[in-house]
Amino acid sequence: MKLAFFGTLGLTTALSTGVMAQTELSMWYHGAGNPAEREVLVGIIDDFNASQSDWVVRLQEFPQAAYNDSVTAAALAGNLPDILDVDGPNMPNWAWSGYMQPLQLSEDAIANFLPGAIGRWQGELYSIGLWDAAVAIFARRSVLEENGIRVPTLDEPWTGDEFNAALDTLKATGDFDYPLDLGMADQSEWYPYAFSPFLQSFGGDLIDRETYTSADGVLNGDAALEFGDWWQGLFQNDLAPGTSQDMAARETGFLDGRYALQWNGNWTALPAIEKYGDDMLFLPAPDFGNGPKIGAASWQFGVSANSDHPDGATAFIEFAIQDKYLAAFSNATGLIPATSTAAALTENYKPGGQLEVFYELSAQQGELRPVTPGYIVMSPLFRKALADIANGADPADALDAATDAIDADIARNNNYGF
Amino acid sequence: MSAKSTSKLQKHTLAGWLMATPAVGLITLFLVVPFLLAFVLSFTNQRLVSPNPTQFVGLSNFEQLLGVGTLMLEPERDDAGAIVRDARGEPEYPRVRDYTRNNPDYLQLSGMRELAAMSWGENRLVFLARDVVFIKAVLNTLAFVAVVAPVQAGLALLLALLINQKLRGINVFRTIYFMPVVVSIVVVSLLWRFIYAGQSGLLNTLLGFLTLGNFQPVDWLGNPATALWSILAMSVWQGVGFHMVIWLSGLQTIPESLYEAADIEGATGWQKFRYVTWPGLRNTAVLILIVITMQAFSLFSQIDVMTKGGPVDSTQSIVFQAVQRGYVQQDIASGSAISVLLFLIVLTISLLQRWLTRERN
Repeated sequence: MKLAFFGTLGLTTALSTGVMAQTELSMWYHGAGNPAEREVLVGIIDDFNASQSDWVVRLQEFPQAAYNDSVTAAALAGNLPDILDVDGPNMPNWAWSGYMQPLQLSEDAIANFLPGAIGRWQGELYSIGLWDAAVAIFARRSVLEENGIRVPTLDEPWTGDEFNAALDTLKATGDFDYPLDLGMADQSEWYPYAFSPFLQSFGGDLIDRETYTSADGVLNGDAALEFGDWWQGLFQNDLAPGTSQDMAARETGFLDGRYALQWNGNWTALPAIEKYGDDMLFLPAPDFGNGPKIGAASWQFGVSANSDHPDGATAFIEFAIQDKYLAAFSNATGLIPATSTAAALTENYKPGGQLEVFYELSAQQGELRPVTPGYIVMSPLFRKALADIANGADPADALDAATDAIDADIARNNNYGF
Repeated sequence: MSAKSTSKLQKHTLAGWLMATPAVGLITLFLVVPFLLAFVLSFTNQRLVSPNPTQFVGLSNFEQLLGVGTLMLEPERDDAGAIVRDARGEPEYPRVRDYTRNNPDYLQLSGMRELAAMSWGENRLVFLARDVVFIKAVLNTLAFVAVVAPVQAGLALLLALLINQKLRGINVFRTIYFMPVVVSIVVVSLLWRFIYAGQSGLLNTLLGFLTLGNFQPVDWLGNPATALWSILAMSVWQGVGFHMVIWLSGLQTIPESLYEAADIEGATGWQKFRYVTWPGLRNTAVLILIVITMQAFSLFSQIDVMTKGGPVDSTQSIVFQAVQRGYVQQDIASGSAISVLLFLIVLTISLLQRWLTRERN
């Protein structure tokens, strides 16, 4: 009797110390309100917690709109979690500001990753993405063929002239409210993410990427002014809905047949395929002279600077970037898995899959937004310039204003360490 | 007697202070400290988050915000000296950016942009500002205040007079007029976005129906000419109920006997308003004017929800810019400088209003 009692006590103690020995790691994620993402992420965390006895990851979710502010506030208060997720273009700012520490992953572990899923700043790896996103022109084969418009391919995209001519042709049919929908309703990071590649294809950029210390002559140089005039023309000639487009029209306009073409991301590709089936095409960006470009980098995982357990946090991230989880995320969200081996495991990105084209788009044309801590200031300034030009502001003045504000910000920050 | 009561009060000083502590502490923490910090930070280059040390930069934040200049442009002339004219017969002028960007002869204008321009004989006089967005925000806010203060106060008074009657069911009307005040301004702004929507918004549909389809739909919030006034109309609608209640309380303090006396004298309705009601509302009027002015200067939520300062800066406001700089662009110093300027503007106007509405003996 006595023995049994002690035996039970000993067992309980052993169990509870076993639990106690696991160190808790906190993790923040931006996807609150998205059940599909949550399910996959919670699955990864459960698998990780069960796979070893050193660490327990605890998830806390935030709505995307409040996530960055929460991280900034937590950083000011010294309350950052161990594991963070970070939008690719913001990572350099967070690294520079001291929210994040370099990620101790071996180069072999990420060798096969899409370039857009790897977050590097000043030669160090800080973040790694389980997926990337890509943007394409959503179109219907039947509409293009009816109007005698060539279907472009990855190797032979539309030239700028061809694209403009196609828009004019589609407008002339009178069948559509607008020939092109750019998503001007979505006044967020969408603007720089989706539209700065057009500027780059014209030969301009948000900043001089040689020095990273000035935008003068790049954001307001001749190529950029040419882009500005083209951009303004889209709205002046009623080729695309402007900034007062409402979000509902953005979401349903192409599916309802009110827009002939739509510039949209692969995360909305599945409903389009469901609607149009084999007629649905995902076309590469037009080439305005400097090659077709699309934006790269989506949300990625990293380790916060004041984590007491970077080894545990790194272990979790290393666990999470297995191909099977990359594939699970892709199946749940429609996003592009970060490796080709994971792509082969997915429904949509395997050879012959419905979204296979996006993997190649991302691999071949993906261009990172400027990798500098100053990007977080460039982003709203560029968005404002694009909105102002669309609303009739002089393109040169609007781009000058953005250029001056970007340069002033860089100067105030001692060139952000460049 | 008096000495005794004083000592009694003195005995309770500590208790008094203790009771005031929570309020004083909170007010200090959330009002006094941020207020003083804004002054200090506006003279530095403080960032929201940055590994760089903070430095004092003197008045440069204010110089950046307030720098203005003028430039006289002469029309372009061809080789024969005749003025070059465009297709509409207007003279062509050189571009302002040729003078304000990398032009060693006009270094004092470097980095400025065009704010407004006017003809000056055959020349063109251009007003330049170093921070066009901020100057536009100030002008928009001033225009907003100048219209909202009298219109909202006037409408509120009208409503107060209407509901200050002993009619059956008058409380229903009081409730209806007061309802928008109870709803959060963010919710109201979201709803009015649908009302103002460009293609098939409620307002356009209604106007089209009333004019039998002759009305051309207006993109109320997407058009620089209408955006600020649309927001203004909504703000007045939302705020008018609150000030109606204040007017009403003022109206009900006016003794009934004064109206009875006026009736005996044979006064008309207008005379009763002019010589009884209005003088009796004097202090209420001062209060309402100052409150509306201050509220109108802090215009932010409507802008943030409905237009984000656009289109083309037509709805920028001072507070919206302070938040944009301080938080979105992480430039706390510049945001603080804007807050300090706003404080000085509101202080000046409030003092001016106090002086204009003072009791003249």
